[in-house]
Amino acid sequence: MKKVFLFLTGVIGVVILLQVSCSKAVAGRTDNLPPLASSDIDANAGDWKPVLLTSASEIAVSAPVATTTPDYIAQVNEIKTWQANITADEKRIIDYWGAGAILRWNEIMRDLVAKHNLPPYQNDDGTYPVPSASNPLAYPQFPFANPPFAPRAYAYISAAQYDAVVAAYYYKRLYNRSAPFKVDSSIKVYVTKTDLPSYPSEDAAIIGAAVETMKLLFPGDQDYIQQKAEEHKRARILSGANVRSDLEAGEALGKAVAQKFVARARTDRAGAAGGNQAIWTQMENDAIARGETPWYSLELPKRPPMLPLFGKVKTFLFDSLTAVSLRPGPPPSTSSKNMEDETKEIYGYVKNDTRENYRIVHFWADGVATYTPPGHWNAIAAEDFITKNFSEARWARNMALLNMTLMDAAIVCWDTKYFYFNPRPTQLDPKIKTLTGIPNFPAYISGHSTFSGAAATILSHIVPDKATQYAAMAQEASLSRMLAGIHYRSDCEIGLQVGNSIGNYAVQRAQTDGAE
Amino acid sequence: MHAQTDIDGIMMNKNQICIGPTYSHSAWDEYWEGKLKRNNLNLGTVSTQSMMIGANYGITDDLNIMAMGNYVWTKASAGTLHGVNGVQDLSVFAKWKAYKKKFGKSKLSLIAIGGFSTPLSNYVIDYLPLSIGMGSSVLMGRGMIDYTYKRWSATISGTYSRRSNIDIDRTAYYSEQGMITKEVEMPDVLSFNFRAGYRGRYLIAEAVLNVMNTQGGYDITRNNMPFPSNDMDATTAGVNLKYTFKFHTNLAVVGGVTHTLGGDFFGGRNVGQATGYNAGIFYAFYLNKKDKKQN
Repeated sequence: MKKVFLFLTGVIGVVILLQVSCSKAVAGRTDNLPPLASSDIDANAGDWKPVLLTSASEIAVSAPVATTTPDYIAQVNEIKTWQANITADEKRIIDYWGAGAILRWNEIMRDLVAKHNLPPYQNDDGTYPVPSASNPLAYPQFPFANPPFAPRAYAYISAAQYDAVVAAYYYKRLYNRSAPFKVDSSIKVYVTKTDLPSYPSEDAAIIGAAVETMKLLFPGDQDYIQQKAEEHKRARILSGANVRSDLEAGEALGKAVAQKFVARARTDRAGAAGGNQAIWTQMENDAIARGETPWYSLELPKRPPMLPLFGKVKTFLFDSLTAVSLRPGPPPSTSSKNMEDETKEIYGYVKNDTRENYRIVHFWADGVATYTPPGHWNAIAAEDFITKNFSEARWARNMALLNMTLMDAAIVCWDTKYFYFNPRPTQLDPKIKTLTGIPNFPAYISGHSTFSGAAATILSHIVPDKATQYAAMAQEASLSRMLAGIHYRSDCEIGLQVGNSIGNYAVQRAQTDGAE
Repeated sequence: MHAQTDIDGIMMNKNQICIGPTYSHSAWDEYWEGKLKRNNLNLGTVSTQSMMIGANYGITDDLNIMAMGNYVWTKASAGTLHGVNGVQDLSVFAKWKAYKKKFGKSKLSLIAIGGFSTPLSNYVIDYLPLSIGMGSSVLMGRGMIDYTYKRWSATISGTYSRRSNIDIDRTAYYSEQGMITKEVEMPDVLSFNFRAGYRGRYLIAEAVLNVMNTQGGYDITRNNMPFPSNDMDATTAGVNLKYTFKFHTNLAVVGGVTHTLGGDFFGGRNVGQATGYNAGIFYAFYLNKKDKKQN
């Protein structure tokens, strides 16, 4: 029996060894970043051109109490008390938020989109339920954060944050109240010390704008969002960067600014973008009347087209007439030799489904349960901005530019898709099996190509030394859709061109917004 | 008697080697999304075929080593997703009969098995349910108790599989939270195998029950796609047969069927309810003639 015992001990020993040998915990690329250290604090960002505010001073912020008052001294003591008992977890949140307020809220909104980017499951009768903003936690949860929803969400959050930051910087210069660590040198400082006045807090303005816009966009995730907001404010006090009144004034300002964006979002026509059966049938009939094979859903059961009226949503960077003028000419007729050749080309790609093709397709797919292609370009931008030592104001401005571009790209792209209602390659040739899921909307023009062309253009303006890489990435993102079997060459090439044109409107704004 | 696999209680004799191909086919049209059983009209029936080449060698009567590699094809009968095929993983095992004892007509053995498997090609991983493998390198430790009474046998084993993390083709993903990395933490797997039946000189026939339990991971959310680090659990039941030809005892054929059990108790989690079969042919011989034994 001794041998049996030894054997069992040995087996159990091996199992325990296998279990505990080296940790498998995975770290993200932005988990451990140094505190944001701007090469230029952009002290005059209060002069930059806001998006919706009529001026940086449109929303009033009252003058702060002087740093010599008992009120202020009490707030400084709050910092000191918190710092005296600082825990490891508190240091973790200081590090996390210290990397940048716009960066972290950008990551949070990407997470929320990925979490909600799930197409609803069908009803028993083969119809599909529609998420309800007024009952967001019931299945299917609101929102279905699909490719047009996502850039609109990113744009409203980012643009609201930008306007809130511009207003915050305006009042910082106006009231010029020093940061607490300048007032009392015994405060420990866990952020990069700068001369930027701390009232009102730009971090809190960013929080206020995020929380307020997210109430509209992610109404079922308030618990999570509020918890992040509280943690962020706590990190600012713990790090010695702000006293409580800096945060209160900043957050109130951010919320008030965001109200303007929420009011715009409620009337920007996105709410009606889903259309109805009559509209879907009309689009189909219009395509038939033009002598074309109309798009139909390749899902089983057939799913109504994704947000067919999103092309009517109000753009940020140009007016609605310009949006229509950006719509490209028609794709090759579905009955033409051209289209036949383009379909054959795509069949050739999927027949030769090399491992490298899967890599390219999946790298850029950004499909179900991801932050979508606009989210991917936010991720690319964020990781590049980290290396550029932008101020919080410049981060806000650059992300707002990028995301307004991506939203407008979605609008023009969706307008084009539903104007032509062109079928996917697999519809014209069912032999075409795809390397990723086929999105449930017409083919012409490619969303990935439009988004990527637009993003690469504005990012090349913001980070000129990476212009060549951005262009190559946009090309690859565009190509990935052909290799996947879900787009024709025309969709991709014209999509990139249209995207570039939209990006140029963002460049024009960037050149005149006072930040350059 | 020819030994077969890393999961049974049978050993190869010293200097005996056994080589052969096995074909297997499995398919499902229903799967568990978390614990919710469903079908998917956009996948139809998902089928996997595999051609495996395996070899087993007896270093001594009590220590065997074996290696196997396979080529896998996947396909979905409906929807538009492209099937994939390719060389999957190489597995190697060492099987050691650490203890044996006779009690009259009964025999008891304790067997320890260590294994390692690793992808043989850079196949696409993050393409479930159509990817051909999980991409992990796996270190396995298995303890086994084998009992025979005359020609009847019962074997029980437990396996802990330590799976390495994997890299996928995208730079970020959402599991239960947003992850800004291409690396995926792969939960380990604990499994148990029970098999019992007749172990004759020419015919081996066993009923097999296998329980797989992933130690962590998360559930597929509603109408989402599966992901390699899902919490995958399954209980399968099946029958394994092996027949050694009397006229030519070097040659044996193997076959089996397996079915993933459903129901509240046995039902799986984040896996397909697969039904499968396999068939193979093995050729066994002694590297050194004088080692040949009569058994």
